[in-house]
Amino acid sequence: MKTERSTQVFNVAGYLILTLISLLCLLPFLLIISGSFTAETEILADGFKLIPNDFTLLAYKAVFSEPGQILKAYQVTILITLCGTLVGLFLTSMTGYVLSRKDFLYRNQLSFFIYFTTLFSGGLIPWYILIVRYLDLKDSYLSLVLPALVGAWNIILMKNFIKSIPESIVESAKIDGAGDFTIYRKLILPLSTPGLATIGLFMALAYWNDWFSANLFITSGDKYPLQFLLYKILASAAVLKTNIAGNLSADMKPPAETLKMAAAVVVTGPIIFLYPFVQRFFVKGLTIGAIKG
Amino acid sequence: MRRLVAELVHNRVMFLMIAPTLIFFSVFAYLPMVGIYYAFTNFSFEGGLFGSEFIGWQNFRFLVESGSLWSLTKNTVLYNLAFILLGNLLQLVCAIFLAEIPGKLFKKTTQSVMFLPYFISFVLVGAFVFNLFNSENGVINTLLQQLGLPGYDFYMHTSPWKYIIVFFSIWKGLGYGTIIYLAAIMSIGDEYYEAAKIDGANIFQRIRSITIPMLVPTFVLLILLSLGGILKGQFDLFYQIIGNNGMLFESTDIIDTYVYRSLAVNFDIGMGTAAGLYQSFFGLALVLTVNYIIRKTREDYALF
Repeated sequence: MKTERSTQVFNVAGYLILTLISLLCLLPFLLIISGSFTAETEILADGFKLIPNDFTLLAYKAVFSEPGQILKAYQVTILITLCGTLVGLFLTSMTGYVLSRKDFLYRNQLSFFIYFTTLFSGGLIPWYILIVRYLDLKDSYLSLVLPALVGAWNIILMKNFIKSIPESIVESAKIDGAGDFTIYRKLILPLSTPGLATIGLFMALAYWNDWFSANLFITSGDKYPLQFLLYKILASAAVLKTNIAGNLSADMKPPAETLKMAAAVVVTGPIIFLYPFVQRFFVKGLTIGAIKG
Repeated sequence: MRRLVAELVHNRVMFLMIAPTLIFFSVFAYLPMVGIYYAFTNFSFEGGLFGSEFIGWQNFRFLVESGSLWSLTKNTVLYNLAFILLGNLLQLVCAIFLAEIPGKLFKKTTQSVMFLPYFISFVLVGAFVFNLFNSENGVINTLLQQLGLPGYDFYMHTSPWKYIIVFFSIWKGLGYGTIIYLAAIMSIGDEYYEAAKIDGANIFQRIRSITIPMLVPTFVLLILLSLGGILKGQFDLFYQIIGNNGMLFESTDIIDTYVYRSLAVNFDIGMGTAAGLYQSFFGLALVLTVNYIIRKTREDYALF
């Protein structure tokens, strides 16, 4: 079948526009990567560009010459992401399940108690003072995990997801004498794996990318999570410890600007590698609960 | 009361299951509300919650009279309007193209690439901005130099930052929104398009008379929902791009960055809490209004 002329015009426009937008989405990443492979002297003379004249691994050598700092930050981030996501997911799904049970008398009132927190809050400052002054969590790993442990939206999403599980399953388990927690653990959890996977990934992403809690609460450098370490390196506030200056010939500059770029790549790399594998879960989750939260 | 006790006993396991979450929200969401009181005090760290001097509405009066409240509100609202309107339009356009053009691999690839920025942290966005706009060796200045043009010190001018901020906000949310609109397009029945094809409608006519009218409800709904949050600023975005660069505040300071600076830079607890309370209070009023409007028109989509 011959394609109509208008369709051809439309398709060409579509390909052009989408290609252009995709390139714009990728360009900043490419610039950072190419910057990290450029020689420091070239940056200082010419500035950053898309394709460097000289390709060098020096910045990466510098980053990995004393990898302790970055490895420690990786450890912290992985730890808080794992703990926060697992505990958060447990609480979120349990709450979602209880609120979805029709024989739980106060479900509407308690749902509102949780939902109201998205409508009104005391604001950043009272929240900060509570955590630092009254809960005494300053400079503790708990301050990176606890304040973001459960979110109202995720609970609502989880509740709606569990509601789609046929009620008869719960009913028949109850007749067989199963307790409420057993029903949750043995029936609800396995049946809601797609929902758990999606919400869990969103939680993990939020913990992984969080720099703000560390900015507010963490004071000692060895407790920095990845993103905050990167932030400090970019702001030149924390100089990444390297052990490379001694090995350089006199006309070479130790990497500074390129070091920032290499640090950005090292910090973000794993997410980009994981991205193709987890992307579809996000897409699925978005289309499940996208509009009606 | 009897009913409550009976329910507590009867459903004790479920109450135990939900208890940690309720405690969490009591501590981290409701307890800080007590601290709203700071807004009415001349806060001192020695005095703490109730030992600080009570000054009534003075903090609010200062915020209004100094003009900060007006300019913060204006910036917050205008930025959000730009994010919402431009963002949604672009997402809609991308979704329509993705739904109609052939080429599975191309569509899959572009969709993945467009969704990628959603996954990275705002710190990395900060790195991008540094890499692009840095006045000594940023990419843009390198380019200007190569073209024989004079360099441009972005950090000495306020005007370009509006566009930079809007660009990166849309850049980061494009893939996410496109997926939502694409899902909405996919749920439109094929029979409409088939019928239109038989009647000889070309692709532009089909999009204008089927896709767009069918998407209007989703579009309006998403816009309305976002309008409810128009006083909430994207702190991460503004802070990672602008930071504490006072030169640029005039056109880039939003309520959230102001509150943050009151806490972390100026130690002006009373004033910051007052600005935060103003934001929370009017935010609530806005959501209630928006919800009222949605309830009047499309009840099933109301938030509550």
